[in-house]
Amino acid sequence: MTTRLTRRAALLGTGGLAAAAAGFPAPAIAQRAPIRLGGLTTLEGPFATGGQDAYRTVQMELERIDYTVGGRRIEFIRESSNAQADVALARARKLIEQDNVDIILGPLSGAEGIALRDYSRTLTGRTIVNGSSGAADTTLRNPSPNFFRFNTDGTQWMAGLGSHVYNNLNIRDVAVTAGDYAFPYAQVFGFNIEFCRLGGRVTHYWAPLGTTDFSAQVAQINRSDAGAIVIVHGGTDGLAFMTQYAQAGGQKPLIAGSIMADQTMLAARGPHRRVMIGMVSSGPIADVIDDPDWREFVERYRRRWLNEGGFPSPSIHAVNYATNLWGILGALRAVDGDLSNNQAAFQRALAAQQFKAPTGANVKLDHNRQAISDIFLNRVEERDGRAQVVAFGRTAQVNQTLGVPEAQFLALGSPSRDNPGCVRPS
Amino acid sequence: MGLAAIVVLNGLTLAALYFIVASGFSLIFGLMRVVNMAHGSLYLVAGYVGYRVFEPLYDADVWWAWYAGLAAGIAFAAVIGALLQALLLSWMQGQELRQALVTIGVSIIVADQVLAVFGGTPRQFFAPDAIFGSTQVPLVGGYPTFRLVQIAVALGVGIGLWLLLNRTRLGMMIRAGVDDREMLGACGVNVPVVGVAVFALGAALCGLGGVIGSTAQPLALGQDGRFLLISLVVVIVGGMGSVTGTAVGAVLVGLAEQIGQALFPTYSVILTFVIMATVLALRPQGILGRG
Amino acid sequence: MAERAARWLIVAALLALPWLLPMILPPHQAQFWTANVFGRAIVFGIIALSLTFLATYGGFISLAQMMIAGTAGYTVAIFVDGAVPAIVGGLSYAAAVPLGLAAATLMGLLVGAIAVRTRDIYLLMITLALAMGVFRFVETNIAWFNGYEGIRNVVGPRLFGYDFRNAYVFYYAALAVAGLLYGGVLYLVRTPFGLVLQGIRDNARRVAALGYSVALHRILAFGVAGFIAGAGGVLATIYNIGISPGSIGLGATVNILIMSVIGGLGHPIGAFIGALIFVVFDTFAADLYDRDRFNTLIGLVFLAIVLVSPDGMVGVGARLRRLLGVRHAAA
Repeated sequence: MTTRLTRRAALLGTGGLAAAAAGFPAPAIAQRAPIRLGGLTTLEGPFATGGQDAYRTVQMELERIDYTVGGRRIEFIRESSNAQADVALARARKLIEQDNVDIILGPLSGAEGIALRDYSRTLTGRTIVNGSSGAADTTLRNPSPNFFRFNTDGTQWMAGLGSHVYNNLNIRDVAVTAGDYAFPYAQVFGFNIEFCRLGGRVTHYWAPLGTTDFSAQVAQINRSDAGAIVIVHGGTDGLAFMTQYAQAGGQKPLIAGSIMADQTMLAARGPHRRVMIGMVSSGPIADVIDDPDWREFVERYRRRWLNEGGFPSPSIHAVNYATNLWGILGALRAVDGDLSNNQAAFQRALAAQQFKAPTGANVKLDHNRQAISDIFLNRVEERDGRAQVVAFGRTAQVNQTLGVPEAQFLALGSPSRDNPGCVRPS
Repeated sequence: MGLAAIVVLNGLTLAALYFIVASGFSLIFGLMRVVNMAHGSLYLVAGYVGYRVFEPLYDADVWWAWYAGLAAGIAFAAVIGALLQALLLSWMQGQELRQALVTIGVSIIVADQVLAVFGGTPRQFFAPDAIFGSTQVPLVGGYPTFRLVQIAVALGVGIGLWLLLNRTRLGMMIRAGVDDREMLGACGVNVPVVGVAVFALGAALCGLGGVIGSTAQPLALGQDGRFLLISLVVVIVGGMGSVTGTAVGAVLVGLAEQIGQALFPTYSVILTFVIMATVLALRPQGILGRG
Repeated sequence: MAERAARWLIVAALLALPWLLPMILPPHQAQFWTANVFGRAIVFGIIALSLTFLATYGGFISLAQMMIAGTAGYTVAIFVDGAVPAIVGGLSYAAAVPLGLAAATLMGLLVGAIAVRTRDIYLLMITLALAMGVFRFVETNIAWFNGYEGIRNVVGPRLFGYDFRNAYVFYYAALAVAGLLYGGVLYLVRTPFGLVLQGIRDNARRVAALGYSVALHRILAFGVAGFIAGAGGVLATIYNIGISPGSIGLGATVNILIMSVIGGLGHPIGAFIGALIFVVFDTFAADLYDRDRFNTLIGLVFLAIVLVSPDGMVGVGARLRRLLGVRHAAA
């Protein structure tokens, strides 16, 4: 059972939790009015698991500082959406206009992120800091001065994977199976930019979102001479593909997009787990990263949540929310909780933040207020009797254009089915 | 050639699953005149409850884990179905629209409670080793065994329902009820009990579909809406309240979906609805429905 | 005499109230309530009005109305300049909005034509299937609808020099549209067309015997409802700065039904009452009750209404009035 916190419970709860958080220095008594921080994530519908986990780390990190930063108390007001842009917008409006929050931390999914980015442009003296949404265009095209994102986007997450497949696995020919919508487009784009540039060949198999029957596609791919399969599906589509691939007795090496090798996927039981061992992927997190910061964070997460419905290791959404929260808290500390003058000083401090994310990755922002950070190369391994995602490599300081000059990257156009980023070297 | 055969076989296995789920919907509609909008929710609940039973047994390496999950899913769905009829629907008999609205209310609550109780993680059953893996099929090659089992189960359900309706006393009552409920009551049959029994049976079939379906495909929130829609379309196309009609509808919809996906993926959804609109224009009562 | 005057006064006050609300509300609350509660309720109410219009005067419960509203919204988003991504673009709002309304009306006529020979629960099933079919199509089609992500940045026109994004401008525009459509419905049901429609509802055979085309009137009623839903869809799309498939999915479709049923299917005003109740619940559920279980709460309310008072809050009101009336007479 997850703990659910209403605003009232949050306010009542903090007193008791202060006592529980022994070992931390007693907070300075906050005399100024509290900072109102609105949280927005997805607690309804198919993405609810990720949203619940996001609030776990947010709550954990706020408890750790005893809801106090820069000498001011933080009032955390939770809202939730159902991963739909219009609902997210309505909730954000409520947070800003009714609950009068200073800062919003959220949302979780791509379309919501773009909707909130557009909304943030109409605000003065308020700031929206992304939660976990990862659409590239949120910050790449028409960025909003009031929208900050300390997590990397879907295209960035693929950094290093294409060259690993080409150079280290010596595979020249891959079959890409991907969902026919924006997030997989962005991921395939990131993979292809590297892989095709090196000279690799890609055959694409697209399937609409919500496809449950991949057996015809699996048969086609198994008969092709592709040296590996790159799987970029999300949620149940990914689960369906893997299961049917396992059932058909597939033998090709598997390469995966960033949300395929996630705890939500590994926690789901089924035949797919047999073929997932050894699968290589890339992304902003892994279960096992050889980094003391990450080990400490995971330990804290497990202590706090393992008995209250948490995963064995925090999910990608949980880490993204925590990273963005750290950005907010760092900036608030830098300005000593000063949000005056339409948050001008605070926003300057946000833009200047440089810190280590929970994963140990270095984070800083570019001129569009988008994170430049490290991306991990991961492999699924059996450890301690369960499947875990283990980082074995790291691409440092990946920017939003994957090292391609921005003008040139923008000229490639938005990723799409017809523009999957496979630009051959001329 | 091989690919075409796979697509057709896929269409048929999908049709088998659709038939299992929709037959329950069609049965309830046939006798009770109730459009059970909570039918998809029964699929979802059966899958998740079945999984709850299945998982610890599977971990304990018991060979009958899957069968226990199947039984639990079916039983739970049947109980919910019976309660739905006994507690909510029975006392508004004849108010068809109101009954449909009640089932919509139930489906909203059930979907939310499934999220609360079971979380949003997608699940999938392991089929028992005997029916896992692949089997050689002429023209096709290796084909998932479980999908062939799906066809066998659907045939079993179809034949079983036909025998039940045509060869047993209960079946006679059900068919009499379709034609004239008052007359059936006047003949001394306890119509309310028959109603609860029909509801339980229809829901049980949906529960069977839920566990079978969640072995072939992932079980996740949102599947309730999908299977409600499929049941609606299958029954509209095939004919309301006819078992054979449901089978015809399921085969048409299953094949259309797979062939559409193979030929024009992003427009495949339209094909199903073109079929539905065409059938409605030519025969509003469905292909095998009675006018 | 005095009683009648008092009644008119109450009606006048009720009519004036929505217009004065932004001025009555405390200043720091006014924008939130007008934009987020009343504005949203009016937009949903218009879409629900298309359902209650069909239900009250035609006797059909159509679950396709949200999808039809979405047809208008998507048409505007596809054709208007500035939307992201640009699908066709090039049109101003002055051209795109009428196009959207026309598309919704056509979609309404199409749904009516497909469902024309069916009634009651069959109609419910078919309209739901059609709505979900369009939803699935929109969600998976990238070329025209940009799939799952939908089309963004439909910011709305400038109206007489006022920016539509201003909460009050939007509120008054939506209120005016709602008023016009509501008045239009009340007028329409008194015209020969409306009378024939109600005749068909009560006894289709008799109306047919009088020489009217039953099918034609029913299809036209769906066309009218399509136009109403379209107006709501255009407003909703501008309100949300865009549209995505979730806006026309099963949840959204059922929400419109919930609003209509809570308000009452027996009178067109029920649409607005239901929408207001729904939006208030939706907005404040997090404060009153566990946000995470909002759907259970709204499902229980819906179930309670269907079980206890099938004619919704309008019915509850009528019963209360009757009760009070009785007491009045007794005194």
